Amino acid sequence: MDKPIRVLVAKPGLDGHDRGAKVIARALRDAGMEVIYTGLRQTPEQIVAAAVQEDVDVVAMSILSGAHNHLFPKVVRLLKEEGIEDVLVLGGGVIPEDDIPGLKEAGVEGIFTPGTPTKEVIEFIKGNVKK
Amino acid sequence: MNIEERLLEGDKRACARLISLLENNDEQAVNIIKRQYHRTGNAYVIGVTGSPGSGKSTLTDRLTKELRAQGKKIGILAVDPTSPFSGGAILGDRIRMSDLALDKDVFIRSMGTRGYLGGISKATWGAVKALDIYGCDYIFIETVGVGQSEIDIVKMADTVLMVMVPNMGDDIQAIKAGIMEIADVFAINKSDLDGADKTKLEIEMNLDLNEKSDYRAPVEQVSAIKNEDIDVLLQKIMNHENYLKETGKLHERRRRNLKVEIIQLVEEELLKLIMDKALEGDLLEELSHEVEKRKQDPYTAKEKIISLIRE
Repeated sequence: MDKPIRVLVAKPGLDGHDRGAKVIARALRDAGMEVIYTGLRQTPEQIVAAAVQEDVDVVAMSILSGAHNHLFPKVVRLLKEEGIEDVLVLGGGVIPEDDIPGLKEAGVEGIFTPGTPTKEVIEFIKGNVKK
Repeated sequence: MNIEERLLEGDKRACARLISLLENNDEQAVNIIKRQYHRTGNAYVIGVTGSPGSGKSTLTDRLTKELRAQGKKIGILAVDPTSPFSGGAILGDRIRMSDLALDKDVFIRSMGTRGYLGGISKATWGAVKALDIYGCDYIFIETVGVGQSEIDIVKMADTVLMVMVPNMGDDIQAIKAGIMEIADVFAINKSDLDGADKTKLEIEMNLDLNEKSDYRAPVEQVSAIKNEDIDVLLQKIMNHENYLKETGKLHERRRRNLKVEIIQLVEEELLKLIMDKALEGDLLEELSHEVEKRKQDPYTAKEKIISLIRE
């Protein structure tokens, strides 16, 4: 069997809506990936600790509360502090157009807003994993 | 520093990477285990098994917190099923262990079964060794949610904790062969629900019928979510550990398990050796064709494949 891509699906921030995260998790599973789902209300520190222990290829986060400009870049920064440079970081949720360039510059390489077909996310991951 | 040196210094990332390499059958990783094998055997391995939704993850989380209060270093391997269709998996055991993520002396790793039946994954054997070398005092292996016969955990664990919930069927379930026979400690989780006493009674009555022995599996009623009687349950697990150590049965049990592990490794290698040859010249394809047409039978086909390596 080929080595499956390992993805951490995480919900940082305080909103309790994880329907989107679960749909993505299911789609990635069906695309042959191992999805580690960590549940609601994770701090950036918890997400990075899980990413380290699970040795994932991708960290995919979902936020609907509007805290993305703070929390997404913080996860990227903490990963770098751990010396992790080979993990692809993705963000999803309700994210205004105007915020996207800033997030990409901060190291969140893919941003997916509501209505994105899951196929697009799968293709992006397959095309951009670093390990 | 390479992975091996970093692992010996207790580096989490090195341990995580080594487990990945073992999962991917990397030869270098196996060589690291070979070189460091003399350091293993110190960790005490607790298998946690039970039906889906019985509370294995929550209970593992609570037991880990009790052991952390005693200053122990803990490793957790949480196995969830891999899809036989896509090869993908949803590994969701961490959800119940969120508080442990930031504890520097707890290492949690989620694993997909990757085609292996029996409630664990093939790489779990290697991952236990990696965590042992990393320096864990206790390692929990949480199996997939099991039914009646996924009992491979018994080949790996020093103590098997069977997690039950009230009202999972009548008293015939308790006397069936399989999973009920491998428990060293029973936990009846969600004991605040109706029927917990009846479930305990059924298990006890079944244990009454066992041959006389100097160890009898205790049956403990707990509630993981309400954190009730977890300390008592941990004490029961430790009683089993002490019993095995004092009577010398731990060595006996580990020898039995290692025998199984060695046989499994030989089987795997042999099968690969034979099947590589059989698949090489389309022999398998040809034979299955002929067997289907009734020109040959499966037993003769087997003999032809075996004769390939019997020179």
